[in-house]
Amino acid sequence: MIEKIPAKKMVITGDYAAAYGALLCDVDVVAAYPITPQTLIVEEFSNFVNDGITDAEFIMVESEHSAMSACIAAQAAGARTFTATASQGLALMHEMLFIASALRLPIVMPVVNRTVAAPIGIWCEHNDSMPQRDTGWIQMSCEDNQEVLDMVIMAYKIGEHKDVLLPVMPCLDAFILSHTVEPVNAPSSDEVADFIGKYEPHAVLDPDNPMAIGTFTPPEYIQELRYQTHVAMENAKNVIKKVTKEFASKFGREYHGLIEEYRCDDAEVILITVGTVTGTAREVVDDLRQKGKKVGLIKLRFYRPFPAEEIRKIAENVKAIGVYDRAISYGSGGPLFIETRHALYGLDLPVLNFLAGLGGRDVMTKDVEKMYEILLKAKEEKPAKEIYWIGTRGVSI
Amino acid sequence: MNIKDLPEESLFTPGHTACAGCPAPAIVRNMMKIFGKNSIVYTPANCLLVFSGTYPHLAWKVPYLHEAFENTAACISGVARAYRRKGRKVLAIGIAGDGGTYDIGIQALSGAAERNEDVIYVCYDNEAYMNTGIQRSGATPYGASTTTTPAGKKIAGKLEHKKDMAEIMRAHEVPYVATLSISHPKDFLEKVKKAKEIEGFRYLHVLSPCPTGWRFDPAKSIEIARKAVDSGMWTLYEAEYGEITNIYKPRKRIPVEEYIKGQGRFRHFTPQMIAELQKWVDRKWERLYGEKP
Repeated sequence: MIEKIPAKKMVITGDYAAAYGALLCDVDVVAAYPITPQTLIVEEFSNFVNDGITDAEFIMVESEHSAMSACIAAQAAGARTFTATASQGLALMHEMLFIASALRLPIVMPVVNRTVAAPIGIWCEHNDSMPQRDTGWIQMSCEDNQEVLDMVIMAYKIGEHKDVLLPVMPCLDAFILSHTVEPVNAPSSDEVADFIGKYEPHAVLDPDNPMAIGTFTPPEYIQELRYQTHVAMENAKNVIKKVTKEFASKFGREYHGLIEEYRCDDAEVILITVGTVTGTAREVVDDLRQKGKKVGLIKLRFYRPFPAEEIRKIAENVKAIGVYDRAISYGSGGPLFIETRHALYGLDLPVLNFLAGLGGRDVMTKDVEKMYEILLKAKEEKPAKEIYWIGTRGVSI
Repeated sequence: MNIKDLPEESLFTPGHTACAGCPAPAIVRNMMKIFGKNSIVYTPANCLLVFSGTYPHLAWKVPYLHEAFENTAACISGVARAYRRKGRKVLAIGIAGDGGTYDIGIQALSGAAERNEDVIYVCYDNEAYMNTGIQRSGATPYGASTTTTPAGKKIAGKLEHKKDMAEIMRAHEVPYVATLSISHPKDFLEKVKKAKEIEGFRYLHVLSPCPTGWRFDPAKSIEIARKAVDSGMWTLYEAEYGEITNIYKPRKRIPVEEYIKGQGRFRHFTPQMIAELQKWVDRKWERLYGEKP
């Protein structure tokens, strides 16, 4: 950081919030490649560099694959790194994602959720980040631009925690957040530095203390590394709760750890949402509550680690659960649905899946109302099916 | 600069598992003696990684990183930038094979060269994917038999000529490009030393005759490397910012027929195939020396 940055209120896009978060965290190395709708993030960061606001090293690489490769190497050399991507870029990076997590390098990479071809599209869908489930990255979704900024900051604190040491992927919905301005409260660089602390890497490529990182390893050693990475992801659950609590006491914004419950206390049916649809669903819940319907909402913040226990605890007291997905695992169901049903194994209640907004189609209040309508019916009589394609031409509900 | 001027201490130790007669350990050991301790080395997937970097028996006394196959130049860019940010000077060195350079790694390599990253990229070229069992690469010469270009009844070996990688790198107009051969140790060491002292992107390309893949007597690696230079199959030169500043011309040029003799990968060669390979060498000669051979 060249100069201290005061706290301020800004009206900014989600992409700006992501770039500004990296600036406040005083990242050392950024390696990135442009792709719609992430491009604004690298453009904004370029401005910070060229205007002399940060002296971070900025590598404008020739592909996303190289972006992640360079971040991994820089992080292994002791730097705090940042990159961002979307869609095809994330798919191209896929190989390297495994390497970042297995080397236990807490890189932070916002992903602007965009549909993956074919056919090519640039609008919001979660079928880019969700297939990265098993790469060992902490994955979370944001509801608004304030959460984008706050999550980039929290991502460093969570990922760099000694019990975690995993890379973190805050996700934001294409255009709905990435290109839409909202008022955002940004803390000062001093407050952020105080909150996240100094990055103290556990292993560094250093000529004064030579070590090998990521080298050819026989079966005698790999299984234990897999176990340790699994434990780290489990540990992340408590660290996330702790960090969101600390964040709330320092900055006054409460994110409730892995999930946020909304009017769940006496709810009979609950819808689990992810990303920006949550805002739409809150409105529908308020409306239905006014009409006397006992409905609630769980905003799923983290996909990995998955808050199985938290969801199960709530599900024990309700009569039907619905899961909203903006991605599909062909022949099975939405990724969050599959995960939720697994978490609720053995409980006797209908678990339904609502697919909507694929390819970036708008999800309106009427679509969410339809989901609750199906759920309210399901608590009375056993539903005929589990998966509902909302607003899909040629498919009847 | 001579072998006797090199420091005693080796940063690349014995005890690795390279094949008998493989020149790669000699290439790396001597380079590292010049590059010195203040280095960080990256290798992608290749023979070198397997024979010198298998945990926990490593031959490396400097920090050593592996990530993947196609990204050597991106990885050393990351290392170099992390250290620049720390305000400390280190040598970020990548050592890739021909597959990792000519084929799968060329995109990252071209990108890092264009950005003029402050790194040293070494290609040790054994003219095929030796680590995976001798498959053809963009570096494999015309007619050579590999496991994916076998000398079959209908098609005899590789149909295409070797790609001129050093020239591609020269076209990037980087501070330094040099081609090296283990048969010319004085020239080899001087180029490595020069590379160390220059700032910006440096590309060193060494021919590494592979007894296993080329099928020759492991005692003859150096001899074959010399014949490659003398026949013009391999040309030793240096280029700075795109201009050739120094080029070695063999005193007595030998025909390619003499080079391919004793290499099993060329055993099926007909007179027509020899003529085709000779024609390629002649064209290259004319291009590099500006005169007919």
